Amino acid sequence: MPTETNYKVPTMADMAAAGEEPEILFWVGCAGSFDDRYKRVTIAFVRILNHVGIKFAVLGTEESCTGDPARRAGNEFLFQMQAVSNIQILNGYNVKKIVTACPHCFNTLKNEYPELGGTYEVIHHSQFLQNLINEGRIKVKDGQSFKGRKITFHDSCYLGRANKVYEAPRDVLEALDADLVEMKRVKANGLCCGAGGGQYFKEPEPGKKDVNVERTEEALSTGADTIAVACPFCMTMMSDGVKNKNREDSVRVYDIAELIAQKEGL
Amino acid sequence: MEIVQQIVFVVALAATGWYITKRIQLISRAIRLGRSENRTDHADERLRTMLLVAFGQKKMFTNPLVGVMHFVIYAGFLIVNIEVLEIMLDGILGTHRLFAPVIAPVYPFLIDVFEILAVGVLTVCVVFLCRRFIVKVNRFQPERHREMTRWPRTDAAIILIAEILLMIAFLTWNTSDSVLRDRGVGHYAALQGVIPDFLISQYLKPLFINFSDTALIAYERIAWWFHILGIMAFAVYVTYSKHLHIALGFPNVYFSDLKPKGEIQNMPEITKEVQLSLGLPVTTGTDDSQTDDNGQQPAEIGRFGAKDVQDLKWINLMNAYSCTECGRCTAACPANITGKKLSPRKIMMDTRDRLEEIQQGWKANGYDYKDDKSLLNDYITAEELNACTTCQACVNACPININPLDIILQLRRYRVMEESQAPASWNAMFSNIENNMAPWKFSPTDRFNWANQVNEVK
Ligand code: SF4
Ligand code: SF4
Repeated sequence: MPTETNYKVPTMADMAAAGEEPEILFWVGCAGSFDDRYKRVTIAFVRILNHVGIKFAVLGTEESCTGDPARRAGNEFLFQMQAVSNIQILNGYNVKKIVTACPHCFNTLKNEYPELGGTYEVIHHSQFLQNLINEGRIKVKDGQSFKGRKITFHDSCYLGRANKVYEAPRDVLEALDADLVEMKRVKANGLCCGAGGGQYFKEPEPGKKDVNVERTEEALSTGADTIAVACPFCMTMMSDGVKNKNREDSVRVYDIAELIAQKEGL
Repeated sequence: MEIVQQIVFVVALAATGWYITKRIQLISRAIRLGRSENRTDHADERLRTMLLVAFGQKKMFTNPLVGVMHFVIYAGFLIVNIEVLEIMLDGILGTHRLFAPVIAPVYPFLIDVFEILAVGVLTVCVVFLCRRFIVKVNRFQPERHREMTRWPRTDAAIILIAEILLMIAFLTWNTSDSVLRDRGVGHYAALQGVIPDFLISQYLKPLFINFSDTALIAYERIAWWFHILGIMAFAVYVTYSKHLHIALGFPNVYFSDLKPKGEIQNMPEITKEVQLSLGLPVTTGTDDSQTDDNGQQPAEIGRFGAKDVQDLKWINLMNAYSCTECGRCTAACPANITGKKLSPRKIMMDTRDRLEEIQQGWKANGYDYKDDKSLLNDYITAEELNACTTCQACVNACPININPLDIILQLRRYRVMEESQAPASWNAMFSNIENNMAPWKFSPTDRFNWANQVNEVK
């Protein structure tokens, strides 16, 4: 299976030219497009989309930052410039349904674009994968066995607290047949990875330690060998935390889409 | 003699009423300093939230033991008001246990319930004092939290001790009253056969066994007056204290933010500018939170973001007056947990302190008075603001749905848009978004390059 080389990534422009409309737009996000580590998640997710035969498309070079970090840092003007022009493009393609792997894009597209004229059905890739599993469209096969492996899930603030999506990523992990162990602070009480609100783009303020280190310590104390995340920023923060604790040989950080792709042998 | 007591009582009651009215006027004037914001939509959902979160104290039960303890004080406070009603009428009319003959069959039962609650409140107050000052629950300690200075700690202690004294006065008043009734002294004798001994206070009788009749009457009167004057003083004091939450908690929850926690409020005045600059038709102006009473857009737009309390919304200011300084927000804040200066509780306390400072100015110099201080910089520093990850843990943790994050964001907006005071790396991020359509300095034409790797083996 891994040698399969016919995965397709159609763009909205291609589809429009062919007079077609996809069922769903995959919003890749800046991290998913540019961050070397997170590009692997984008690729895993695209392979899953291909595998289940969903008619999807991406915006490609027409995609642009949603404006989330700008708005949260206080630059409302820049946020709205981004939002209004993104909405023009999305509405121009008559987009109805969006899936994204980034909780920040998810929150912004879902909750903040409607007031500026962009109303879409927006789902996070954890919910999307949960649906595929529930509908039996992904019948978790054994590409890679997760039996007996301990996985802990780190809630992303913008998925969990912000939008109350707590169960979908956990359901997806359950499907792996692994041993899901919870940290001390989870779900509504989950501890931030330290990246949100524009923190990712600057040095942290002085303090006792960095937030990602505190959170990684919690994750490591569960004894899990895999830290599952569902957000590009959580991915980087937790990976850095694991490095900081010199545990990168024994502990891995994966996005839930990658774990499903591994299980599927994609 | 009776009539003198009645006069004193009525005067005390009127003075309390007058003073509290003045305080309410001043506080509501301070809250109305804030910008308008419509929080009256979805009345049914608001009512439901208030029933659950304020009346039902839902969020207090995240820690069930503390939830139950707080509930005892809360229930005691609500229910004992029935008893206060009788005391008030007795005080005005010069009667003694006015309700006893009127509702004879349930009267002893009611007082028994009050006594149980009184013991409950007393016990919990003692436990809470121990938690604060002996066991030293982290979130109350000044060594860990710089906003927990002397006054907030004294304030908490004053209320807990006052409640303990009030409850002791109530219980011993019942006892001394019963003993006087047993002995058939004066008008107390009239209650013989009308009310029995009460559930708890009867066991305190040995304390009074050696009192002379005169001494007992003196004690009975002192306990009664202490109890009711104490309650009046408490009511006045509350308007100066974090304990104002016993009143403001309810409207505060009713008007809470109903939107998903991750949604940051839009700024329609900016939408207009953005649409103009992109050459699009202007669509805003329908948002009633931005219109005045006649449905008109205000002619002059204020500042972008908030520098001082006047720039915040009235709900932010009501939040500040409702805050109990419990520190649950701060205990959940990742920035605070890891030793940064930010504490959402301090944000709320600073906002209230600034409002109190303005009130002092009003009192001394009239309502037009302005000083040259502001919430930003004089109270809240950039270092605190910049540490927030907007994770909403504080919003989630607050038992009365206060939103410290909203204030933080409005102050950030002012710093960034009016003062161009963002940290340098944020400015770099802004210009990357502006020029490269991504927060990083990558060429927008490379955005789709990942697709070339989709068919490469991992
Ligand atoms: S939103 Fe900001 S202030 Fe509130 S808990 Fe998170 S980091 Fe702290
Ligand atoms: S904002 Fe809420 S949680 Fe924080 S101290 Fe005040 S009442 Fe407590």
